[in-house]
Amino acid sequence: MARFSTSEKKETPGISSGSLSDIVFMLLFFFMVTTQMRESESKVKVTVPQATEVAKLERKDLTSYINIGAPTDKNLGTSTRLELNGDFKSVDDIRDFISTERNAISPEDRHLMTVAIKADKGVQMGIITDVKQELRRCNALKIMYQANKLTEE
Amino acid sequence: MAKKTPNINSSSTADIAFLLLCYFLMTTTMGDKTGIQRTLPKIPESTQQKDIQINRRNLIQVKINSSDNVLLIAGEYATVPVPRKGDKIDDALITAKIKEWMANRGHSEQLPARELPDKPEEAKYPYEVLKGVVSLQNDRSTHYDTYITVQNAIVRAFNELRDEEAFARFGRHYDELTQDEADVINFIVPKTISEAEPKDKNKTK
Repeated sequence: MARFSTSEKKETPGISSGSLSDIVFMLLFFFMVTTQMRESESKVKVTVPQATEVAKLERKDLTSYINIGAPTDKNLGTSTRLELNGDFKSVDDIRDFISTERNAISPEDRHLMTVAIKADKGVQMGIITDVKQELRRCNALKIMYQANKLTEE
Repeated sequence: MAKKTPNINSSSTADIAFLLLCYFLMTTTMGDKTGIQRTLPKIPESTQQKDIQINRRNLIQVKINSSDNVLLIAGEYATVPVPRKGDKIDDALITAKIKEWMANRGHSEQLPARELPDKPEEAKYPYEVLKGVVSLQNDRSTHYDTYITVQNAIVRAFNELRDEEAFARFGRHYDELTQDEADVINFIVPKTISEAEPKDKNKTK
């Protein structure tokens, strides 16, 4: 005969906590798969050149980026375009771009402002020279040619 | 009778997962942006003299033409075309030649001088300064990666010269110097890389 144990105190069975770690990992994988890096919003396709004498960018918050390359959208052709903050611009717009960026920085840090030129490998020097001349006119003299660190064999 | 081993309490696996997550949050870095740092020269005032006189012996020219070929010219001393290794330029040669000419270990009269600054009393440090200047000229159709390779080779020549000077003076590598010692080395070996003024296309604004 089955024994019925009369339990005076009725306990609800405790929730098994073995699956909590599984929930955490699931959440983690979900976010890993769905987050996108900001860089992909760039409208020009840039393959950065490689160099050995590169230094790390010190103040990322004081850096403005100028992207130069062929547009990612094939319908816009293959000629080299200049991009500032996600929009196609021309060399003459650099002056306004630099002054807006400069105003966003506090006066003490203004002399540390760096302009990073992120240009594709195959870009011709004509446009780079024009950009540098315009930067000199705006007195934005600290520049950085973005390049990946080349490790020697 | 078999004794049932008690189940391991698995309530702490969540804590382990959180700890691992926090560890990786703290230690991963977003791709560091690296690059060659340069300082552009100021636009000369219209009243200022446009061309600064440089003694012929102190000038080393590096010219890149529209077909990405590089030529090194050191006054009348030597003219060296840089060969290509397959598709790539022999940048090791550029670095080696610039170092050899700038350092001028043989004290040749035709290569850059190493002299005390003009006003020794007012100078920051009482040491001799390398007076060589590297002038980089490129064509408008030169490709950017060639330009960067050449820039890199020139900067590398200066960095290696600084390292050698640091070793000679302080017995350590340039990276291991204190800030004051590094300032001395920077004074003795200044990064004098000049880029040619582009030919004005008569922009009327």
